[in-house]
Amino acid sequence: MFENKMELSFLAKSENEAFARVAVAAFMTQLNPTLAEAMEVKTAVSEAVTNAIIHGYEQMGPENMVSVTCRLVGKEMFVEIADHGRGIADIDQAREPLYTSKPEMERSGMGFTVMEEFMDGLEVVSELGRGTTIILRKLIDG
Amino acid sequence: MDIKCTERNGNLVVRIVGEIDHHSADRIRHTAEREFYNSGAKNMVFDFAHVAFMDSSGIGMIIGRYKELKKVGGKVYAINIGPEVNRIFDISGLRKIIPCYASLDEVASEGR
Ligand SMILES: Nc1ncnc2c1ncn2[C@@H]1O[C@H](COP(=O)(O)OP(=O)(O)OP(=O)(O)O)[C@@H](O)[C@H]1O
Ligand SMILES: [Mg+2]
Repeated sequence: MFENKMELSFLAKSENEAFARVAVAAFMTQLNPTLAEAMEVKTAVSEAVTNAIIHGYEQMGPENMVSVTCRLVGKEMFVEIADHGRGIADIDQAREPLYTSKPEMERSGMGFTVMEEFMDGLEVVSELGRGTTIILRKLIDG
Repeated sequence: MDIKCTERNGNLVVRIVGEIDHHSADRIRHTAEREFYNSGAKNMVFDFAHVAFMDSSGIGMIIGRYKELKKVGGKVYAINIGPEVNRIFDISGLRKIIPCYASLDEVASEGR
């Protein structure tokens, strides 16, 4: 059972990237994170939300929504970032450091590597044509 | 996010105030590129003194400028990196291609 939970849903626009990571950071203050822990979670959320916007949807559309769900279980925080976009064909390849499908957009292919480095767990669930859900897990022990 | 560019002894100093993500990286890229060519500077120096957040969009933006300047024989430097941005520089290996210094004076004295 979770002890606390919050859900956000917003249009896939780059303006919302800062909003999403700040909202998650504000929600997690009840676990008294250190500055470093809060920064790590903010960065990982920013990576997943940005990926949903630029890779999941690619083009702007009024129906393109990204959802962020946070659950707190004891000292553990779970954050799910979901889009209903194009999906990922090869998840193993996508998670490799330096792999990017958009080098022409000056992407470095380091997003998944940053998420793995900053969180304790990273799960990727994706289906072509249906969308992608990223599940991040981190122990916040202050 | 605010960007201030100043030319100092052949270096275009790009001072970023705020957070570097996908949304702001596009603006930084355009402003830095435009000011670089307008100023006639040889190198570009990113000043991170007032950057408390950067994600992988910043990595791509900096590597992009590195490649761009390499074509015209210029270099990209980073100064005043705080603990938040430092982690991203370490994880990404940026430090291996972008020389990082404590201050602009140290950039100026490089190679003397
Ligand atoms: N939500 C998503 N929907 C579709 N494809 C995705 C999604 N997230 C990631 N991908 C795919 O996985 C690849 C790797 O993602 P990652 O975040 O590591 O790198 P990047 O976004 O390309 O570059 P960077 O994050 O360094 O700017 C992407 O290039 C893209 O092809
Ligand atoms: Mg990414």
